[in-house]
Amino acid sequence: MWSQCRPAIVVFVILSAITGLAYPLVVTGVAAVVFPWQANGSVLTDSAGNPVGSRLIGQYFSASKYFWPRPSATSPVPYTSYNGPLGDSGSGSNTGPTNPKLLASVQRRIKRLRAADPTEKGPVPVDLVTSSASGLDPDISPAAAFYQVQRVAEARGLPVSTVKNLVEHFCQGRDFGILGAPRVNVLELNSALDRLSAAKASKD
Amino acid sequence: MTPNTWIQMGVFLLVLCALVKPLGAFMARVYEGQPCGLDKPLGWLERLTYRAAGIKPDQPMTWKTYAVALLLFNLLGGVAVYALQRLQGFLPLNPEHLSAVSPDLAWNTAVSFISNTNWQSYNGETTMSYLTQMLALTVQNFVSAATGMAVLVALIRGIRSKQTDNIGNFWVDLVRSTLYILLPLSFVLALLLVSQGVVQTFSPYKKVPLLQPVSYVQSSTNAAGKTNNKTVWVKHQVLPLGPAASQIAIKQLGTNGGGFFGVNSAHPFENPNPLSNFMEVLAILLIPAALCYTFGRMVGDTRQGWAIFAAMMIIFVPLMVGCVWAEHSGNPKLTALGVNQSPSGLMSGGNMEGKETRFGVTDSAIWAATTTAASNGSVNSMHDSYTPLGGLVPMWLMELGEVIFGGVGSGLYGMLMFVIVAVFIAGLMVGRTPEYLGKKIEAFEMKMATICVLVPPALVLVTAAIACVAVMGTSALANPGAHGFSEILYWASSVGNNNGSAFAGLGTNTPFYNIAGGTLMWVSRYFLIVPTLALAGSLARKKQIPVSSGTLPTHDALFTAWLVATVVLIGALTFLPALALGPIVESLHLWH
Repeated sequence: MWSQCRPAIVVFVILSAITGLAYPLVVTGVAAVVFPWQANGSVLTDSAGNPVGSRLIGQYFSASKYFWPRPSATSPVPYTSYNGPLGDSGSGSNTGPTNPKLLASVQRRIKRLRAADPTEKGPVPVDLVTSSASGLDPDISPAAAFYQVQRVAEARGLPVSTVKNLVEHFCQGRDFGILGAPRVNVLELNSALDRLSAAKASKD
Repeated sequence: MTPNTWIQMGVFLLVLCALVKPLGAFMARVYEGQPCGLDKPLGWLERLTYRAAGIKPDQPMTWKTYAVALLLFNLLGGVAVYALQRLQGFLPLNPEHLSAVSPDLAWNTAVSFISNTNWQSYNGETTMSYLTQMLALTVQNFVSAATGMAVLVALIRGIRSKQTDNIGNFWVDLVRSTLYILLPLSFVLALLLVSQGVVQTFSPYKKVPLLQPVSYVQSSTNAAGKTNNKTVWVKHQVLPLGPAASQIAIKQLGTNGGGFFGVNSAHPFENPNPLSNFMEVLAILLIPAALCYTFGRMVGDTRQGWAIFAAMMIIFVPLMVGCVWAEHSGNPKLTALGVNQSPSGLMSGGNMEGKETRFGVTDSAIWAATTTAASNGSVNSMHDSYTPLGGLVPMWLMELGEVIFGGVGSGLYGMLMFVIVAVFIAGLMVGRTPEYLGKKIEAFEMKMATICVLVPPALVLVTAAIACVAVMGTSALANPGAHGFSEILYWASSVGNNNGSAFAGLGTNTPFYNIAGGTLMWVSRYFLIVPTLALAGSLARKKQIPVSSGTLPTHDALFTAWLVATVVLIGALTFLPALALGPIVESLHLWH
């Protein structure tokens, strides 16, 4: 048994150095040169170069003039991606399909949507009233975006067709027409809306 | 289900099948010591390791020496992972100043990662420093996978060698698996993932402004017992970063599954889009599937490998389709509230609670079946929120013993135990001495195979039962009724079969769950490895009997069907009663 001690220790140290230090360091080095933007969190910037958020991590919107994202189960506020050591991070609700809590949350969300736009009476797209797995979902379905067009246009005093065109512009199909699901990036859409409103205000 | 659903499942299975032969043949060359194309760039590292460690690569070991070497190496790994977590506060590469991990959690994580389970009682971004993620967790992702592959190769050598005491050299199998198979594949996959948006950096977490600030009410109670409500405004969001891509690549390829971030592969920084999702879900099954071909090649009859591959596929495909179908059916209780769950060109539809928009129901359910067929356990959606039948599929796939592809190496050696049981029963039925690939299956082999087949279910059911009656067990539940029982059963099935996925509502970061879970992971890994190696040693000593008219063929459709029946029958008999109390009852509640 003791004859295997030296190989165990030496092999462990060498493999640790290769797979735990050299490998991540080399990948980081190559990534920093070839894909620096992706490797550092896909951060979007405004025209002045200031960061406005990550393209991949969703943000919470509750004002009528913005498109609302998926509900999020994170705390203390929705879309908390990190809240300090020992604090909170992304999370799902983990409520089961028969849990009364789930049904109460969905009911509450439907009520809020109906109150914000009494003219929209159709069935609500499911992704708009169910919380995502990560609590940080950056996307909603195109159906969920179109569902909110009327409300957003009214709140901003923009023609419905303008807002609808903008949503269509940001609709992303399945990857290669096959993979995943169709979606709209909420932060990009809302940032574009703000720019549109600002351009209109400066013209008036 | 829409046509796109079928196309997505078809593309996934086709690409997987197309890769089995090339990768399987490559791995056979690596284990046979033949030139594999990477000897020039990496061979010097291999030779350097042997020289520094005093290893004679051509000196084979008996099964006992092999087992001792393996256990020593794994023990050392466990100590290192534990120590790195406990000491991370004093070590470099800790930009967020995360402090030491608690002892019970550190122990659970150490066992979890050396046993290739990768159960996570912790949130990576709030608990583990960059150094711990790399030097503790990434390292074990590699070597726990390589350990499983080594045991498989030792068993294959036992099957094909004649009257010898030796089953190969553990150090050579370990080093070659790591250097020539896992490392190059991980390197390529890691860079592909970064190109899609998976983070890979040593920078500290980044603060970005919110377009719309959010407020919440914080309640605090002062010394006099008076409650104070204060409105807090949140104007920024902190983006957790780190060397994630390098770890995620091996976490999928090595069927490990422990996430860099708490929500695992649902986190947009781990799995940013459908293309990254496709690469990752393919990586989960890639090596376990290809090893079937490696097995056939190494025993000198590729039909033997294809027969096992076919048996795995025959169980996997219907279960995957069933899971996708169940999730597409949605939640009838939501339809009643006025929610639209019908899939269309404008939305995924279906049961979207706990799922990400970019993956929709289809990619989430394909992943759920894949990650539990393999003993991977990473998740891109929250299984706890699945429909009852959609959640039954991943649970049962684990309970089958992680042999439907299973872990790298461990899945196939687990399946070979079922093969031995199947051969034995078939032999009894026709009244012939059971044999497999020219080796007589006798009392000792059957004892070892039975231990491997029956120990995990016994562990799972007994532990689940204890957790159900103990307050320490039930106080962690997040859901009432039958679903609560499902949470506990899923937990026990996951740790008891080294999977690592969860019905994550169950709050398992408590001393009870950390210690019970750690023990289960440890027993189910090493109490299966040692009998497997003993079996390899016993087979190696036997004579090779030539094929005769009395030999039961083990490469044809009849045997494949027989193997499928054996696996399904044992899995169904042991777990149907428990499943009836959990997901099946819940499904009746949901639909009636």
